[in-house]
Amino acid sequence: MALVATAVALIPLGYLLLRTGQQGLPAWLDTVFTWRSGRLAATSVALAAVVTAASLVIGVAGAWLVTRTAVPHRRLLAVLLALPLAVPSYVAAFTWVSVADLWNGAPGGRFEGFTAACVVLTLYTYPYVFLPVASALSRVDAGQEEAARSLGRGPFNTLMTVTLAQVRPAIVGGGLLASLYVLSDFGAVSILRLDTYTRAIYTAHTVGFNRDQALSLATLLVLLTGLILWGEGATRRAGTRYASTRPGRPPVVADLGAWRWPAATGLWAVVLVALGVPAVSLVRWTVAGTSLADAWGRIGEAAAGSLTLSLLGAVVTMVLALPIGILVARHHGRLTRFVERAVYLAHGLPGIVVALALVFFGVTVVLPLYQTSWLVALAYATLFLPLGVAAVVGAAAQAPPSLEEVGQSLGATPAEVFRRVTVPLTLPGIGAGAALVFLAAMKELPATLLLRPTGMETLATRLWSATGVGRYAEAAPYALLLVLLAAVPTWVIVQRSGIVRPAPSDATPPEDGTLLAPAPAAPLMVDSVAGEVGNLGAVPGTTTLRRPAEDVQS
Amino acid sequence: MRSTVNRAPLTGSGPRDPAPRPRLAVDLAGVAKSYRSHPVLQDVGLQLEQGGFLAVLGPSGCGKTTLLRCIAGFERIDGGRIALGNRAVSLPGTHVPAHRRHVAVVPQDGALFPHLSVAGNVGFGLPRTQRRGDARIEECLALVDLAGLGDRMPHELSGGQQQRVALARALAPRPRLVLLDEPFGALDASLRVELRRDIRAALHEDGATAILVTHDQDEALSMADRVVVLREGRVRQDAVPSRVYAQPADSWVASFVGDADLLPFTGTDPAGRARTAVGPVEVRSGGPGATHLVLRPEQVRIDPVGTGAVEGPVATVRDVEFYGHDTLTALTLPDGTVIRSRSLAAAAAAGDRVRVRVVGPVWAVPDGGHPR
Repeated sequence: MALVATAVALIPLGYLLLRTGQQGLPAWLDTVFTWRSGRLAATSVALAAVVTAASLVIGVAGAWLVTRTAVPHRRLLAVLLALPLAVPSYVAAFTWVSVADLWNGAPGGRFEGFTAACVVLTLYTYPYVFLPVASALSRVDAGQEEAARSLGRGPFNTLMTVTLAQVRPAIVGGGLLASLYVLSDFGAVSILRLDTYTRAIYTAHTVGFNRDQALSLATLLVLLTGLILWGEGATRRAGTRYASTRPGRPPVVADLGAWRWPAATGLWAVVLVALGVPAVSLVRWTVAGTSLADAWGRIGEAAAGSLTLSLLGAVVTMVLALPIGILVARHHGRLTRFVERAVYLAHGLPGIVVALALVFFGVTVVLPLYQTSWLVALAYATLFLPLGVAAVVGAAAQAPPSLEEVGQSLGATPAEVFRRVTVPLTLPGIGAGAALVFLAAMKELPATLLLRPTGMETLATRLWSATGVGRYAEAAPYALLLVLLAAVPTWVIVQRSGIVRPAPSDATPPEDGTLLAPAPAAPLMVDSVAGEVGNLGAVPGTTTLRRPAEDVQS
Repeated sequence: MRSTVNRAPLTGSGPRDPAPRPRLAVDLAGVAKSYRSHPVLQDVGLQLEQGGFLAVLGPSGCGKTTLLRCIAGFERIDGGRIALGNRAVSLPGTHVPAHRRHVAVVPQDGALFPHLSVAGNVGFGLPRTQRRGDARIEECLALVDLAGLGDRMPHELSGGQQQRVALARALAPRPRLVLLDEPFGALDASLRVELRRDIRAALHEDGATAILVTHDQDEALSMADRVVVLREGRVRQDAVPSRVYAQPADSWVASFVGDADLLPFTGTDPAGRARTAVGPVEVRSGGPGATHLVLRPEQVRIDPVGTGAVEGPVATVRDVEFYGHDTLTALTLPDGTVIRSRSLAAAAAAGDRVRVRVVGPVWAVPDGGHPR
């Protein structure tokens, strides 16, 4: 079951490689080693490098300031700094272009190109560094820092050698995530008219109908992505040894003295620019947009399209995620690791590549599915399967086998145990996972753009086409809706990260001091953030599974 | 089987003996279980009569939890036979599933259903009609001193209360057998003693038959009517608690259950006495092949040189550990052997010279390896 589900998720990647193979290596090399291809590579890599570096600076500094220093209003700042996550990159690009045009006058805008893409992508990518690092920092056991201090290390030395060393996996992981995100971004670079791989693939496919070229470029992008994925996996493996099982005492807050004002100013500047520009744009254009003729009808039509595709996508994703999640949660072994990796690999593919592969797959293999919602749903399933799997694994942890065994020992049949124990305990988690997938699908742009049935419009495609021709007023209502939709999962992530308030594990134990409550969902967080944004890592290991061989191994 | 001491009488005086024998609730014979060719249980046999309370005692990794899971029906066995009442539930090839065995489990962490209230948990194993507000639920909650807390949710309870609910839940359907899997492991020491007493009382009051699995010798000795000592998947001894302590089956059991100093033993003189580093001692033995004498610290008395006894070797006090209720004094005998003496009050300080004597007979055991 799980293998079949995994195979389905791997269809795009497999098909892409197959087609490239058919094309032949010489032909592939011919298209890849051209001057144009080199320029694309340089642009893509440079963009990823600049945005990642800038995200690391903003993300790590911001995380440290709001979790470990007495910067004014740090809790509020922590939440605000995470909020740009709620602005999908193409929506952000639209808002920046539309605001820039307010001053430039002429529609079509001068706000485009490499610098513009760097600014926009950085401002909406750094939360992928900020959130995991802030979360990790707020969970660092103060005991270790105190031990370092007691051994004669100064505060700065302790920060560099002990604290940051502990959160290094979060930093590296966040950085790689950011670079992956930039490489696979399609919407923002297209709107900002910067030629990167993703945009070139799209252009080659839709404008030039040049399939071979699109394919070659896609394969190259997959190779780049694979390299980053490999790096991410290596860091994650190295990072496991830092994993602290139980949160210690809350960390000490450093007093910044006079430095707290410039620090606060810097953070507020980031927040104001990142959130202010979209706000200005939406306020300026939404009213105009909704008062256009037939605006509401068109919005309703697009919303209905989004709803249909996303619901179908969520259902297909969860149907595939259930067997995989149960396998991952309950069985440990080589097969499980393979399935897990495969799922995350498929997820790491840029949306445009998945879409392209499915277009060809649809045309050549399953023609009846081509131009139907099912192919879009399949793309969503490939892209968002890890979200569903993580939810199922988390839910399975809520119903450990020991509970099911107790139920059986009390005379309930396996079917009865499933109904009375397993379902009530796992349904909320699985439902939440489905909701996350649904929301992620609503925001998805490139796959929707390439695969949707002719004539079907969604919020994302409407925004894209309206922005493409400079009709900002028309685009604004869709942008607003998309931001509101994205705000929901963002809020969930921010809450789980533990930066809003102290982790729930700090609850005072009952009178006899022996709270047997299950482990809090805290360790899930990094993976949830990551899952939401395109992470590939292992599914959280919080499941308290009881394995029968325990007696042997202990 | 290494030890048959105090086994419940299995066979009467003759093949057609009409005398009623105590009804066996649990009967295991030759049970074997392996994981990936690693034997976890080998030839395990034990019997428990109706209403009895048996403890399976062993270090971690000895297979005791696996044994419990085999009895509960969560694991299939590779060899032997498990019968509950007069019905065989596990044979190689035959496996009655857990839900048809009427064996209720109290897991180490309680494993309460987090989505059900206390009453919902306790009523889980009852027939549908009795699940809401049935008298049996209140009765079981009263048994574990939690009357009136039926509406609480599990997360609102302390660890000790959760374990009490887990026991009440296990007792409610009146199972044939209750299995307790280290139920006090996660609790702190003071609470553990109180809970042990209450759980034992509740089990007795309800007339339940129970098996407790534990690595804590105090727990096994103080709670159970009978103790089965398990090591590396084999039964090393099966006896009443006092006997396990006073007459261990071998040197390993002697050292695992309680403090013991082992002295080499080669044989006795015709009067039944042996010469040892602590002087001649009276020897009792469970059988031939004995190689060690088990010296319990409370058998070793010490007096400052020059007072009291004039016989016995003089030893040097090496170390004194004061526990409040008693004191453990480590002594170096003239030949270098170190033994311990337990006394109510501190009788000496490190470096003192004391005269040593052994009170009562000493138990001789065959070699069984060392536990620590």
